[in-house]
Amino acid sequence: MLREDAASATLVDELVRLAPGNGPVTVLKDTRVLVVRVGDVVVKAYPPGTSERDLRRRLDAAHGLPGVMLAPLGPAERAEHAGGRLVTIWPAGEALSPDDLADGTMPQDAWESGARLLARLHASPPPSGMPPAGGPGRLVRAMAELGQVGDSPETRQIREAYRTLAEPLHAADLRTADRHSDGRPSADVRATEHPATEHRATEHPATEHPGVEHPTAEHPTAEHRERHAVDRRTAPSHGSRVALTHGDWHLGQLVRHEGAWLLIDPDDLGVGDPAWDLARPAAWFAAGLLDPESWHTFLSAYAGAGGTAVSADDPWRELDLPARALTVQLAATATVTAMRAGSALDDVAAALVSSCGRIVAAAGDRRQGEG
Amino acid sequence: MECPKCRGHMRTFDRNGIHIDQCDNCKGIFLDYGELESLTRMETQWAQQQYAPPPPAHGGPAWGAPHGGHGGHYGHHGHRNRSWVGMLFSS
Repeated sequence: MLREDAASATLVDELVRLAPGNGPVTVLKDTRVLVVRVGDVVVKAYPPGTSERDLRRRLDAAHGLPGVMLAPLGPAERAEHAGGRLVTIWPAGEALSPDDLADGTMPQDAWESGARLLARLHASPPPSGMPPAGGPGRLVRAMAELGQVGDSPETRQIREAYRTLAEPLHAADLRTADRHSDGRPSADVRATEHPATEHRATEHPATEHPGVEHPTAEHPTAEHRERHAVDRRTAPSHGSRVALTHGDWHLGQLVRHEGAWLLIDPDDLGVGDPAWDLARPAAWFAAGLLDPESWHTFLSAYAGAGGTAVSADDPWRELDLPARALTVQLAATATVTAMRAGSALDDVAAALVSSCGRIVAAAGDRRQGEG
Repeated sequence: MECPKCRGHMRTFDRNGIHIDQCDNCKGIFLDYGELESLTRMETQWAQQQYAPPPPAHGGPAWGAPHGGHGGHYGHHGHRNRSWVGMLFSS
């Protein structure tokens, strides 16, 4: 650990040197990424192995979304490096922080502003060559982490809920993929594209993705394979709902800059199902954590700003799947944190694990209804 | 028309398409065939308008937690506060 701390301190020094100005230095985040504020700029170092090509595309896109996303300082072509890691430099916005909630009130204005910005983002045409949005990859990473902390009733429940993500999609995907345009089943397509997996995928979808059950550092391709599988099954099957999406939206991704609210952090920006950007608050609401008033404020503001990710008459038609995905991801992350700290699940983590239990039960009811 | 009960005089009223005969003497009411059903139907419609809860604004999933009532203690109060607020702001 000491060596890591020392390396981190050295990297902080390098980031401070890259900052164009001077000023007080604050380490804002030191996780997979290192984020340091120096005076009125923020310098961010990305995890080793970050794709420079994808990052540049995302920075370019942020440059092309004035009024929606905060743009980095300087041209996107000039990606800096420090300690073998990619580095970007940003103007420091005024972030919404947990301190703003210290008086116990929910920032309704923030919910509305966030929703409106997401609606505008989803209406923006994705630039060509944009990578896929990073949301599904986050789910896969969270499940891989969960696989490393051992077994417990909670981890089993989360994994069971994870398996429900495959069911309706596989059934739907197989139906559409395996049919001719006249609706006749296509034996040829089934034979070539789904070699003998149809039966297995329908009955035990999770068996197709062993990477999540036993992810190990020795098998880096497991995550890759699983990620691909999640991308495939979470990709919208009807093309109309593909949009430019943020990929990691929460209240910490809002800053006020020059008097206006903007989205920050294009790390997961990309092409995907825009309902994923609403899925985290949806998961909070469904877990009983987010009060209905804030949730309805958020959803109404999104619809009012012309947001197209969900249908007005029944938003859960589009939200159900991504909200289940985010519930599983948040439950996995919270459970991993608690287990690594050797502590019991707190109320929030327990609420998310309960949600996973209800997801499993509802999937059982659905199967019974079909059977 | 004569009241079948007290032989008093029946007066005729038409209200919302329903034809009612009422006796001036004993105040008894005589309904034509099908009019009791019409009244019941109207009452049901009125009761639905009055008592039906408004549909939830945006609904919820089949697996959603119950909101409101005894389950409705949200994260921004009490000991859940820190963990919940942290979750609102982190990936």
